[in-house]
Amino acid sequence: MSLTQGMKAKQLLAYYQAKNDEDARKAKERGDLVCWSASVAPPEFCITMGIEMVYPETHAAGIGAKKGAMDMLDVAERKGYNIDCCSYGRVNMGYMECLKEAAMTGVKPEVLVNSPAADVPLPDLVITCNNICNTLLKWYENLAAELDIPCIVIDVPFNHTMPIPEYAKAYIADQFRNAIAQLEVICGKPFDWKKFKEVKDQTQRSVYHWNRIADMAQYKPSPLNGFDLFNYMALIVACRSKDYAEITFKAFADELEENLKAGVYAFKGAEKTRIQWEGIAVWPHLGHTFKTLKNLGSIMTGTAYPALWDLHYDADDESLHSMAEAYTRIYINTCLSNKVEVLMGIMEKGKIDGTIYHLNRSCKLMSFLNVETAEIIKERNGKPYVSFDGDQTDPRVYSPAQYETRVQALVEMMEANMAAAE
Amino acid sequence: MSKVETILSQLKDIAANPKKAMDDFKAETGKGAVGVMPIYAPEEMIHATGFLPMGLWGAQGKTVSKARTYLPAFACSIMQQIMELQCEGAYDDLSAVLFSVPCDTLKCLSQKWKGTSPVIVFTHPQNRGLEAANQFLVTEYELVKEQLEHYLDVKITNAALENSIAIYNENRAVMREFVKVAADYPQVIDAVSRHAVFKARQFMLKEKHTALVKELIEEVKAMPVQPWDGKKVVVTGILLEPNELLDIFNEFKLAIVDDDLAQESRQIRVDVIDGEEGPLYRMAKAWQKMYGCSVATDTKKGRGKMLINKVAQTNADAVIVAMMKFCDPEEWDYPVMYREFEEKGIKNLMIEVDQEVSSFEQVKTRLQSFVEML
Repeated sequence: MSLTQGMKAKQLLAYYQAKNDEDARKAKERGDLVCWSASVAPPEFCITMGIEMVYPETHAAGIGAKKGAMDMLDVAERKGYNIDCCSYGRVNMGYMECLKEAAMTGVKPEVLVNSPAADVPLPDLVITCNNICNTLLKWYENLAAELDIPCIVIDVPFNHTMPIPEYAKAYIADQFRNAIAQLEVICGKPFDWKKFKEVKDQTQRSVYHWNRIADMAQYKPSPLNGFDLFNYMALIVACRSKDYAEITFKAFADELEENLKAGVYAFKGAEKTRIQWEGIAVWPHLGHTFKTLKNLGSIMTGTAYPALWDLHYDADDESLHSMAEAYTRIYINTCLSNKVEVLMGIMEKGKIDGTIYHLNRSCKLMSFLNVETAEIIKERNGKPYVSFDGDQTDPRVYSPAQYETRVQALVEMMEANMAAAE
Repeated sequence: MSKVETILSQLKDIAANPKKAMDDFKAETGKGAVGVMPIYAPEEMIHATGFLPMGLWGAQGKTVSKARTYLPAFACSIMQQIMELQCEGAYDDLSAVLFSVPCDTLKCLSQKWKGTSPVIVFTHPQNRGLEAANQFLVTEYELVKEQLEHYLDVKITNAALENSIAIYNENRAVMREFVKVAADYPQVIDAVSRHAVFKARQFMLKEKHTALVKELIEEVKAMPVQPWDGKKVVVTGILLEPNELLDIFNEFKLAIVDDDLAQESRQIRVDVIDGEEGPLYRMAKAWQKMYGCSVATDTKKGRGKMLINKVAQTNADAVIVAMMKFCDPEEWDYPVMYREFEEKGIKNLMIEVDQEVSSFEQVKTRLQSFVEML
């Protein structure tokens, strides 16, 4: 009997998250290759080559959520990393330095022994992609330099003009072919194109079920609590090219569909207002950000952040242009007008009453256009918004009191809007 | 006033009064100016239109107030200043603004220009080793060219572009020579003067700048080289301003014998090569050849080694890292460079550069104790 038989989606999530880390550890023990990857870099090439993948952003978010970020941030800061650098990056550089010290001395530094961090091995190579920020270029340059390992770069140029031009897709597709050639050298074996097709198909099935989950937020009342997308995100990031993600997401989407049929909704009391969350989650304070909304009867039914992994493409397209487009159309890699369109679409679909913007100290790209984005959208659909100061993994930046005040203000504005409409 | 003093004074005036430099140019030629956002742009294309390319590198000591509405406090200092100037309409006389987006802050800023000038945005490819990257950049440059022609109502011919490329290559070569001359004659070219020679080239036609700098070099080289009783440093970062900060270098006899500043030597590091290919392709190749810069991806991380070589070549006593406040590409380069300096026993100091700041007591104290240690 399969170990996973009868497991609910939540149990599958925990099981496969742990299994994916274990896969990496076992690969390392066998002497097989492990790759650290940027979260929206294409894993399809490495997976085809049988390389196990580890995702530092997810790993750092996990450390943050388990209240272990400060120790790793301290290690990075001692190495010269400025507090201005992305906290995912700093947590990861801190963790990498600990692993490196352990590998060189044979002794685990105390900070690592005491860390709640998931145990993942050092990489043999890294792959990065700047579709969600150019920081990922700098961070991975540093990983490659400090570990003296190969770095595969997939550069997806910022789409200052939409739609995405063919010449950009051609450049990205060429880099895919170059990455394959690099991997053939690193692995010392030819690329298996038949397996590549299977991996692409697998990735598409994962994405399909991921989108099924997000789609459930369109119903009012919603069977999906949007914050669950943050919880399940770990698998769309780390396992989208394995069946782990597909199995888990299918189970969760099926559960949500059954709940919808049975009239079981995310909020036991009736949801009063529906919000859009714009930006990365505040992992060290995830519970507080969620509960504050819940206590005011507000449910999150739209967020573009987990939707970054809506990486649908034509797996049969041998030119790889369709895959190139999927990896470059990420809304934060596009011009302001397209960003606005994407968020407006999410708001319409999720029947959103207002938006919370996370002014994220770690993420310049997801912060510096917030004012313009918010103003244009408010002008167009009249929905109110608020902004709060936070950080994805550095717990020092977030102020619970400020967040509460801002959310209360938003709820008041949303309720006033609703009252006026009635 | 000696000829050297006259030339330096002229360049200092231009560096300190870009608006006047632009107005004089307009009066003289009847043509306008095009703004060039940091850090890299195919400026030769603007030059080929007959318009004046004007570097937009922020301002000094300006209190940021209007820009606060649009940018949080953790945006880099130079972009805060540029946003403030946009809000004040300081750039509205420009016929267009050319905008590259090699960092996350510039991507965002390219989408929120608050002035009235049209903005032309293009993206540098970052997988720079590949031929496909050159091809991508050629197409981006073709689109830049089309937009410049449209906004400026000028046709950019290949002949004009080739002429501009030759003028720029000559200016870069002369400036590389100037860097060496300034290193040999710190008594004549102090830190403030050295910076002015570099900064003035952002606000002048390059052929005019070349002529002045050539004359300057000739005059300086006619003097005997004197022994230097101070210390020698290599500086790295986005920029090292204002003059009050450079005055401290002069006061403590810190000669800048080479630099890796984005505003200075990174601008003259690589030339557009000669060859059979078209001018846009060769300009794209120049980006492929660029090295040692935080916004030009380098998975081999060669910047620290480049600086270590500069120290060896110039016999410098130390490296000073001028860290632009809140510039994360530079902040990401620092830990690797710092480790490499320490491993090679190269003395180094990081100082923060904040364009809004007008008091330099703290950095003065730090530089003073650093000099005593050298």
